[in-house]
Amino acid sequence: MSQGAGTTRRLWKFHGGVHPPLHKDISTTLPVRAARLPDRLVLPLHQHIGEPAEPIVGKGEKILKGQMLARPQGYVSAPVHAPTSGTVTDIGNHPVPHPSGLSAPCLVIEPDGEERWIDHQAVEDYTALPPSELRNLIREAGIVGLGGAGFPAYIKYNPGHQKVIQTLILNGVECEPYITCDDMLMREAPQDILGGLRVIQHALQARECLIAIEDNKPQAIASLQQATAGCDDIEVVPVPTVYPQGSEKQLIKVLTGKEVPADGLALNIGVVCANVGTAAAVHRAINRGEPLISRYVTITGGAVAAPRNLDVLLGTPMNALIGECDGDPARIARLIMGGPMMGFALHRHDLPVIKTTNCILAATASDLPPPRPELPCIRCGACADACPVNLLPQQLYWYSKHRNLDRAQEYDLFDCIECGCCSYVCPSHIPLVQYFRYAKGDIWTQEREKEKSDIARRRHEFRQFRIEREKAERKARRARKKADGAQSERERKKAEIQAAIARTQARRQAAMKEAEKRRKAHGRGRQKAMDESPRAPDNAPEKEPRK
Amino acid sequence: MLPAIIVLSVLAIIFGLLLGFAAIRFKVEGDPLVDKIDAQLPQTQCGQCSYPGCRPYAEAIAKGEADINQCPPGGETTIMALADLLDRDPKPLNPENGVIKEKTVAVIDETRCIGCTLCIQACPVDAILGAAKHMHTVIASECTGCDLCVEPCPVDCIDMVPVGQDILTWKWPYPDNPLEKAS
Ligand code: SF4
Ligand code: SF4
Ligand code: SF4
Repeated sequence: MSQGAGTTRRLWKFHGGVHPPLHKDISTTLPVRAARLPDRLVLPLHQHIGEPAEPIVGKGEKILKGQMLARPQGYVSAPVHAPTSGTVTDIGNHPVPHPSGLSAPCLVIEPDGEERWIDHQAVEDYTALPPSELRNLIREAGIVGLGGAGFPAYIKYNPGHQKVIQTLILNGVECEPYITCDDMLMREAPQDILGGLRVIQHALQARECLIAIEDNKPQAIASLQQATAGCDDIEVVPVPTVYPQGSEKQLIKVLTGKEVPADGLALNIGVVCANVGTAAAVHRAINRGEPLISRYVTITGGAVAAPRNLDVLLGTPMNALIGECDGDPARIARLIMGGPMMGFALHRHDLPVIKTTNCILAATASDLPPPRPELPCIRCGACADACPVNLLPQQLYWYSKHRNLDRAQEYDLFDCIECGCCSYVCPSHIPLVQYFRYAKGDIWTQEREKEKSDIARRRHEFRQFRIEREKAERKARRARKKADGAQSERERKKAEIQAAIARTQARRQAAMKEAEKRRKAHGRGRQKAMDESPRAPDNAPEKEPRK
Repeated sequence: MLPAIIVLSVLAIIFGLLLGFAAIRFKVEGDPLVDKIDAQLPQTQCGQCSYPGCRPYAEAIAKGEADINQCPPGGETTIMALADLLDRDPKPLNPENGVIKEKTVAVIDETRCIGCTLCIQACPVDAILGAAKHMHTVIASECTGCDLCVEPCPVDCIDMVPVGQDILTWKWPYPDNPLEKAS
């Protein structure tokens, strides 16, 4: 039952949605090429959702292209690999692309320009591997969702206990304005996408595969239809253009008519979604043995003269890419990572590209006018009409604004996908999503603090119990010792403190001398000598002062 | 061998009894209101409220002896939560109890620590590790930032350092609205 081009599949609609101007054409005129190798690559250890990776190389170490530099810590985590060969010049805090503008631990690499690969091998026949082994290879390759969220991919490709995966959906929707990296990938590398699709399908044992593409990308649709011609279990499904169709739950609704339960996963209804870029990365990992070290990035916006997509090594500074596309830094009013709806503004131009950087939008003041001041809500209901999750944004706004977080949660704050449709349509220019992000963050912080204070309460209560117990014990002992006529406790303690001060000072001086000596011997001083000194055990045979 | 087993068993029984006793003796006498108030307090145990800990303050509030605005570490959040719980009007923090400060943790300069154990005795949550005459160290994740260990240290080697923000703890700020600020 082949369903090639032309056959119509029944499609559903999700609630709401908007049609913002797309500005996609400007960045699809030039073919994709590899970006230039920069002088320096900065690789944040936390480029994904979950725990940051842990470095396994040292400063000064020579590294090869594709070598694992940091390993995942815990289940929800992803490793980081060397995008090129060179030397690790620093491991420390550097500014990262994050809405906070803060710095975070990074590895810094100075490329040697030789692009020497580490030994790597393709999997000869992945169909012979058990799915769990395939997932492990995908994990080892550092692959995370390249559509934007950056969730470690291998976790999604686990159907769990006896779950039958009916449908694997490849998401080539790319509904966010300005972004075209998936579009270009679909046009230029459909075989990579197909290769990855087959691997994921095998890992999940999925019965059918759908490749969803918005109908404003006819070339991508044609390219994938051609690549999948003759594959009975794969169907390319053009879907009508509406934002935010690329969001997982909305896309599933459109393609299958099924609603993913609010607190559930797509997996629960037998569906798994993967971004087309992620699929291509899986293909490279399994069929070529190459970890995730580069990605397609759209460099666009009014401030660049030649907007296009580049194949970029992770860690490349964004200003280098903007330069490569003839950008004018002076005209950038706001530099956005991602698109205008769901992206966030960056605090500086030299931040590194990370696994989730799908687009660098160098926007002029006319591209993205500065936000207008917020007016009172007129209860027009436009936001509720636009919300794809069918929430009541005006209620959420009211409770978030007045910090009534319990009520906000009752109105399903956490179901909000932060798509920005409500802010987009609001006639009062209320930055609704910002309120929702604030409210969510505040609730998470409060939960974290609550946990901490519960621990503190338990520890405090236990301490009180312990003190009481010790008191009882002391009483008993004192009764026994009464006749001894021992020195008063206080005086003894004082003397002991004095003795201890003298001892520690002597030790410090000795340590400092020692350090001085070492500094002279080594040329450069090593602070470590000092840090280590007090660890020397103190054997003075005295009684514990506390008793 | 046998005496050791006997001694250990006896000890185990004694401690077991002690724990059992403590569970009864220190049982929070089912005053649900005090529990509810205590649950809103940050458990810093710093005593800035002028009570010897969070629970005594909670008891005082329940009895009507203390106001709801005496906890500086809890700040506005705690005051709002208490106002909500007790159905009273929120009010600003009483300056006599202190000011709202950035959250801090204690850090012991391990090269200067003489191992006197005085800080251990001061710490309300047992967040300091160390034996007599061996350097001490603070378990940062357990420290409530109460400041109580700073005073007793005879060699002044404990510093309170601000808990820095990182990308994992950062949260989106409250949107600011120029129009509302102007009015
Ligand atoms: S769209 Fe704006 S003004 Fe209209 S109800 Fe929603 S928040 Fe209020
Ligand atoms: S941002 Fe949240 S509330 Fe607003 S339209 Fe999107 S899902 Fe609905
Ligand atoms: S370590 Fe010091 S500041 Fe931290 S909880 Fe203990 S006494 Fe308070």
